[in-house]
Amino acid sequence: MSRRPDLFCLAALAFSGAALVMDLLFSDPATGIAGAPLFTAALALLCSVAGWWSWKSATTPGHGLALVVVVIGGAVVALVLLYGYGYAGQVSATFWLFILALWALAWRGIDCLAAFSSLNATRQRLVDTLIPVLFGAWLLFLWEVLVAGFEVPHVLLPPPSAIAARFAGSLDILRADFYQTFMKAVLAGYVIGCGSGFAVAVLVDRVPFLQRGLLPLGNLVSALPIVGVAPIMVMWFGFDWQSKAAVVVIMTFFPMLVNTVTGLSEAGALERDLMRSYGAGYWQNLFKLRLPAALPFIFNALKINSTLAMIGAIVAEFFGTPTVGMGFRISTEVGRMNVDMVWAEIVVAAIAGSAFYGVMALLERKFTFWHASYRQN
Amino acid sequence: MMTSVTQQPLVQPPAGIGTRLFAGNTGPVTVILLLFVAIWYAGAVYLNAPWQIDIYERAKVDWTLGDLVHETLRQERPVLPAPHQVLVEMNETIFGKRITSKRSLVYHTWVTLSSAFLGFVIGTLLGGLIAVGIVHVVSLEKSLMPWVISSQTIPILALAPMIIVVLGAIGLKGLVPKAIISTYLCFFPVTIGMVKGLRSPNPLQMDLIRTYSASKWQIFWMLRFPSSVPFLFTSLKVAIAASLVGAIVGEMPTGAQAGLGARLLAGSYYGQTIQIWSALVTAALVAALMVALIGWIERLTLKRMGLQP
Amino acid sequence: MPETTKRNVVTCEDLSLTFETADGPVFALSEINLQVSQGEFVSFIGPSGCGKTTLLRTIADLEKSTSGSILVNGVTPEAARMNRDYGYVFQASALYPWRTIENNVALPLEIMGLAKAERDARVAKNLALVDLLGFENKFPWQLSGGMQQRVSIARALCLEPELLLMDEPFGALDEIVRDHLNEQLLRLWNKTNKTVIFVTHSIPEAVFLSTKIVVMSPRPGRIIDVIDCGFARDRTLEFRESPEFLEVAHRVREGLRAGHSYDD
Repeated sequence: MSRRPDLFCLAALAFSGAALVMDLLFSDPATGIAGAPLFTAALALLCSVAGWWSWKSATTPGHGLALVVVVIGGAVVALVLLYGYGYAGQVSATFWLFILALWALAWRGIDCLAAFSSLNATRQRLVDTLIPVLFGAWLLFLWEVLVAGFEVPHVLLPPPSAIAARFAGSLDILRADFYQTFMKAVLAGYVIGCGSGFAVAVLVDRVPFLQRGLLPLGNLVSALPIVGVAPIMVMWFGFDWQSKAAVVVIMTFFPMLVNTVTGLSEAGALERDLMRSYGAGYWQNLFKLRLPAALPFIFNALKINSTLAMIGAIVAEFFGTPTVGMGFRISTEVGRMNVDMVWAEIVVAAIAGSAFYGVMALLERKFTFWHASYRQN
Repeated sequence: MMTSVTQQPLVQPPAGIGTRLFAGNTGPVTVILLLFVAIWYAGAVYLNAPWQIDIYERAKVDWTLGDLVHETLRQERPVLPAPHQVLVEMNETIFGKRITSKRSLVYHTWVTLSSAFLGFVIGTLLGGLIAVGIVHVVSLEKSLMPWVISSQTIPILALAPMIIVVLGAIGLKGLVPKAIISTYLCFFPVTIGMVKGLRSPNPLQMDLIRTYSASKWQIFWMLRFPSSVPFLFTSLKVAIAASLVGAIVGEMPTGAQAGLGARLLAGSYYGQTIQIWSALVTAALVAALMVALIGWIERLTLKRMGLQP
Repeated sequence: MPETTKRNVVTCEDLSLTFETADGPVFALSEINLQVSQGEFVSFIGPSGCGKTTLLRTIADLEKSTSGSILVNGVTPEAARMNRDYGYVFQASALYPWRTIENNVALPLEIMGLAKAERDARVAKNLALVDLLGFENKFPWQLSGGMQQRVSIARALCLEPELLLMDEPFGALDEIVRDHLNEQLLRLWNKTNKTVIFVTHSIPEAVFLSTKIVVMSPRPGRIIDVIDCGFARDRTLEFRESPEFLEVAHRVREGLRAGHSYDD
């Protein structure tokens, strides 16, 4: 096995080495973190780990995991220095070198983990989930450290910790907003929009002429900024959730229409001939062949629509609501510069959006298990 | 030669101009559009009628259905303006005003379009770059790709007002904040499309170019990139539409002075329904034009590349 | 063989079918005259575009003829289709991926509205006939190509038709599987005494299976030779090395060569 120098570990060694030298040379507590014993110890440890690793050039997933643990330790030290020792806002270049060294080590750690490949599906899935989770955690850490280190005003960008605190502190408001926007507007609009889109598609399908006219137009409509109808719907249906549901209906109708119409023509020529050779009627053809064959398309629309419905309801609330709702909260708290509340609301929107999508994806998997994208022999 | 024959039995009557027109999509689309306009007119009469009847009853005049239809289609602030009212308003504000005037729709369209376009360009470049990284670096793929995919399920448009206000607070106003919203809306579809596209060469094609011991760089420019072009254009069409939505929504919640979103908002404040609808129709036309433009470039490019007859 | 005395299952007289295309009319079938009697195994053979599949589809009422007459079981093809007088096996299995094997075989019976008990009995019987008992609850995509095609044969048989129409059913399979299925099909035909019309472009397959070989040629699609071959009904694969086999194969090859111009 030829030994190549490990670039990321070398970089980590260089960064942490430089930081250690600067820390020892300018060990004046007045200049910030430099000189704090915990910091010096952490730097020395990091230096030796990075040095040892670049010499060893280890690349197994086990090594990756060990590196990740080291990086987590380093990150904890950084947070303790910032908050526990109150260095926030007065960190110097040495601290950022320390962060850069951590970053380089983290990258190498993820590299080692990414190379993991196992025949054991559970283990593989575990590692494949762990990597993005670690990556996300690293981004949150970086966000936190940058905001605290540079003392970014919270009005501009609150750190994740402040958002989490606000989230935990305003559960009641968030729950009420979620109920108003999601349980009322999104769900009602989604059901009506998808349902009518489906029904119209089945009707249109019987008339090839309408089908040929509607398909190109339906495709076009999906590219249009339909959210713009929000002010009109608020004028027509009032401030409460009905107007938001109306926007959602309009936004979700066309994707469902287009997908169902396309899906209904998806059944192959052979399968159609087969049904014809049995002398099957329209409804038998529809229920036994064409609807099952259209299911992947219908679920595609259901998934796209889950996101569109959230967007529609939230944006429509920017145009006036009773004093509750996710979009309402976002627009008013932005006005009051309570940016951490806005972020908390966005976290709710993100959780709700991905959960909604996830439920649809699960149902899809259950009902279209036979489709080529899911098959397992 | 026989295999590509479209099968149509002789029993059908010979095709005249009418049947030929309706055999393609033009005829059906036209009919549907006409149907749509008819429903719009009917809706306008229906929705505007209560107010008009109220006026008649207060003035205690006799009225006929003809009067009612006539009057409901020419109200000043109708619940639903008739198509011709919207067209008249669009004609006045597009062709009737100097394009530098604040009352010109051309001006507002330009404001929206320029930031959408800036965001589109940056977002596309960024998205492409990330896709190249994801395809070539395993750890990027494993760590970043799941986030890019799940970001599609999140209503990130909800961030729009915050970006406008926060950037406004540090003195960034106008074009750039809206362009940032457009950028992040474009970026995800382009990344996902390009990752798919750069991976689209089949194993046979990959093996072939490997037998030539081509470098990664050569594989990229000779195989991966050309195969990804159809995917790129599909994403670009999604992206340009998304960037317009981003710019319009970016103008809406914060009382921006110019842009199609601002026109929508101003219209809804003052109950100027005709203004709202003309802004909306203009936005739709612009979006359709942009998508058509990309579709046209797509056809030209794919034709030159021999990927499409 | 005594087939000539039996009743005709398919009768075509001056049957023609023309497709209208952008490049002018294509004469897919031109003045076809053909009789298929009960119990026969008839193969249509010819190069691509000779109309063999079109002829089969016309018999099945999947295409409409332009002129001439055609009777299937003494009635029009459409009436025969509505009576479910025939079973059709396509080039691909055309199994529905969302149905299990037994539900796939039961599909035509559901469409006919048969009771569940009757359906189950027929499905079991026909799966046994193609040696697929034990696979009832598998999904089609969990089976090999040859097994899938056997399922589709069982599906055609469970209608209990007099007539089996097969359109290159083994065309997509490799030769080893194809040989095996040819033998099985021959045994099945021998056992059930059904009438089979079989489209193929393989000379050995046609000669091995058939009692009558219809050689066709393209532009326009027409019949150029009808070869009767009265081989023993219980022949095995080894029969393909016998002189009489080679003689018939030679005649088929000659017919194909005569009917086809290679200048295009």
